[in-house]
Amino acid sequence: MKYYDKLIFELSKPGRIGYSLPSCLLGCQPGRESEDSSNFAGSQNSPISSDPTTDVVPPLPCRGWHVPAWAAASTSAGSVWREAPLDLPEVSEPDVVRHYTNLSQMNFGVDTGFYPLGSCTMKYNPKINEEIVGQFNGIHPLQPKETTKGIQAVYDFMDKALAEITGMKHFTFLPCAGAHGELTGLMLMREYHMSRGDLARTKVIVPDSAHGTNPASAAVCGLDIVVVKSKENGLVDVEDLKPLLGPDIAGIMMTNPNTLGLFERDIKEIAELVHECGGLLYYDGANMNPLMGVVRPGDMGFDIMHLNLHKTFSTPHGGGGPGSGPVGVADKLVPLLDIPRTSGFHGNFGIILRACAYILALGRENLKMAGPLATLSANYIKESLKDCYKLPIPTVCKHEFVFDGLAEPNGVSTLDVAKRLLDYGFHAPTIYFPLLFHQAIMIEPTETESLETIDAFIEVMRVIAREAAEDSEMLHTAPHNTPIGRPDETTAARQPVLKYIRS
Amino acid sequence: MSNFSYFPHTKEDIRTMLERIGVQSMDELYSDVPAEFVHKGEYDLPSAKSEEEVRAWFKDLAAKDTELKVFVGAGAYDHYTPSVIPYITSRSEFLTAYTPYQCEISQGTLRYIFEWQTMICNLTGMDVANASMYDGPTAAAEAMRMCVACTRKRNTVVASDRLLPNVLAVLRTYAKYSGINLVVTDDVYEAVGEGTLDLAGVIVPSINRFGIIESHLGLADMVHEAGGLLVEYCDPSALAVVKSPAEWGADIAVGDGQSLGIPLCYGGPYVGFMACRNEWMRKLPGRIVGQTADAEGRRAFVLTLQAREQHIRREKATSNICSNESLLALWCTVYLSLMGPEGMRKLNELCYAGSHYLHDALLATGKFEDPFEGREFLKEFALKPLCDVKKLQQALLDAGFFAALQTEEGYVTFCVTERRTKEEIDNLVNVIKEAAL
Repeated sequence: MKYYDKLIFELSKPGRIGYSLPSCLLGCQPGRESEDSSNFAGSQNSPISSDPTTDVVPPLPCRGWHVPAWAAASTSAGSVWREAPLDLPEVSEPDVVRHYTNLSQMNFGVDTGFYPLGSCTMKYNPKINEEIVGQFNGIHPLQPKETTKGIQAVYDFMDKALAEITGMKHFTFLPCAGAHGELTGLMLMREYHMSRGDLARTKVIVPDSAHGTNPASAAVCGLDIVVVKSKENGLVDVEDLKPLLGPDIAGIMMTNPNTLGLFERDIKEIAELVHECGGLLYYDGANMNPLMGVVRPGDMGFDIMHLNLHKTFSTPHGGGGPGSGPVGVADKLVPLLDIPRTSGFHGNFGIILRACAYILALGRENLKMAGPLATLSANYIKESLKDCYKLPIPTVCKHEFVFDGLAEPNGVSTLDVAKRLLDYGFHAPTIYFPLLFHQAIMIEPTETESLETIDAFIEVMRVIAREAAEDSEMLHTAPHNTPIGRPDETTAARQPVLKYIRS
Repeated sequence: MSNFSYFPHTKEDIRTMLERIGVQSMDELYSDVPAEFVHKGEYDLPSAKSEEEVRAWFKDLAAKDTELKVFVGAGAYDHYTPSVIPYITSRSEFLTAYTPYQCEISQGTLRYIFEWQTMICNLTGMDVANASMYDGPTAAAEAMRMCVACTRKRNTVVASDRLLPNVLAVLRTYAKYSGINLVVTDDVYEAVGEGTLDLAGVIVPSINRFGIIESHLGLADMVHEAGGLLVEYCDPSALAVVKSPAEWGADIAVGDGQSLGIPLCYGGPYVGFMACRNEWMRKLPGRIVGQTADAEGRRAFVLTLQAREQHIRREKATSNICSNESLLALWCTVYLSLMGPEGMRKLNELCYAGSHYLHDALLATGKFEDPFEGREFLKEFALKPLCDVKKLQQALLDAGFFAALQTEEGYVTFCVTERRTKEEIDNLVNVIKEAAL
């Protein structure tokens, strides 16, 4: 990766263009009035150019009106037209292509290398999935259903397939991301209680190991958060849960396997307890990958769940989105499924389409291999590194596990380890999460990484442990081989520069 | 064990790995799962398809959709996508990248988001923009929540009933569960003038659901006097020529970036945008990219102001949003780079010319009246039909047009982008002229 220090605005030169538009087929030109402008609709506010070069009246099919000139500062008071000049770059097409190509070369992606990124399931993004989307690009979201039969078939297929994989009854595809799915799911939870006239259920239980989005989504949904503790072994403490349950509990949000990568083996008892008190169980699908094809959330007693199609179903992360977070519900919630309208049209159809292609390609034979192979890789890394990284919970893990920093840190933090990994061509793991451990390093390989890649990662992690003993100073200043070094994040937050200002 | 092109594991690899772990079989890795929860039997799913079979499956489905000449907008606009955009956005370094938390290997993503934030600020006239939201309607809902957060203890948000129906639907949903008192009205001036005690904000469209460019003269002052914030919902493509939210005195600007060259794609993925005045910077939800430098003084970009976000603040965060629609923010950024100020103006001229031409031609058929005579519109307009709407829509569908979308009042809307040719417009008008309606 080489450092490239331009912003598109810095390539701008007045008069250069990068667009290609047809000329006006109606023959209209801005600012030219037709002969009988007196009776055209909407002329009152239109700025009329006084430019003398436009005195020839063209043969307008647009008799009765004209295209406004929209010249900056030519508008009258109360006009609906823009007055301020529009500051956008003026660049040619080749400038644009080269600029963004150069930017891309400062980026790391799944196609570049391995992401051992806990809770984020960065698996390979199949290329065929990108190709099929184009055929559906021209369909307007409000077109009548009889003109979108193919698209409806994709939604129907996905509804059935996801229901089969998860043990839920039906899905809504409106949510555009995992957190959006959580919010939609919690709205359904509230809707369920409200529909039964049970208005006192305003609290939701969230384990202390939960993703930060769980409490945040609950708060946006108007629910109060009650935290249930984890035991020493990393699992939800059933004894701590019991006294929290009551007539004010809307439900519990759980991730299973949890954020430590551990299967919540008391889930049956938890489900019974929560249901007994009148609450519902929400399944956070962020960690669904190891269970895909092995365990179904519906069978464990969950009533509502979301899936992250950009994690478990291989759609590309796109540098942070677009994702898709369909929400599935059990039988008793199906009548409520369409009530929360949480996005503009039909969800992120283009992403749903890619996930559909993934399910078709894997089929029932391979789908059930994804989870076990991911789990195999995670346990393999855990066992291979536990002598040089602190392993707080040594039991079998699912798709991910957590180290609590170096076994012998010598002043080297988890952040230092993560940054040094970048020098060796690996993405960093998720760090300082979950919050249960101070030096958390959360590692999740997926089923699409080869043994050679995983061995290379293990080797580098061992090298870094040796470097920590020998040259800790070098680790504090890592990375050294990336386009930039560690940036000054404090200044960025204290004196925010959030847009480009022409000097 | 596995025989599938996405899984690199050979039988030998699996054996090696099981050995290192110290277990006999893959099943043993699930020994912590109670046996009753392990799924037995086959999943009711199709068997694996080859790549060519997958391709064929979708080709068959695509053939069952009818691609129509789109003369409808209503929040999704059929603008042209320059070839450069999909070429750039399909580069794997952008496409397959994660959220840019590791800034040292994510300067590409961080830089284009910084450019996007700048362009959104320049279009809206606002000081600060975030890295993007899911779509326009959810951005509006976040703006509604932000009004409440910025005004503390105030809980009423007034929304114009001329916002797009899907924006109102999402606002109603978010308001219902987060306990915000949302008042939808046909006259925001009156609603604000009445002096609702706890007014947190007012949401109005820049261009309303009838395609009319609204005047918000004096509204910002009224809203501010009443103690609230003014939010404007806008079409960013149109902002090149219509008065910006900042020019109307708004505090927050939101909308959908779809009109910046994103394909219709049955409604998504699109990208919401959100921008505000400096004053409210720390209440803005979502990711924000800021400029700084590394130890050697090289200009560098990072995710910043993260103290607002869910992974730090948990239930006290400004929002639960933790992703953005990054790749689509790139899409729009490349689009605006190509179009430039000149291209954006010309594009709007084409839309204006086409829509006004169609508007007049439709009135000339005698089958419509203009309920908004004298009001400015850009690419979309509403007419009152003097004929049977169902028959009208069917006649258009039969001729390959998607047009005359009905509003709740019974008006029909039309939209003309630069992609519609004079011939297409003439054909559409002829269909209406000749149909027995």
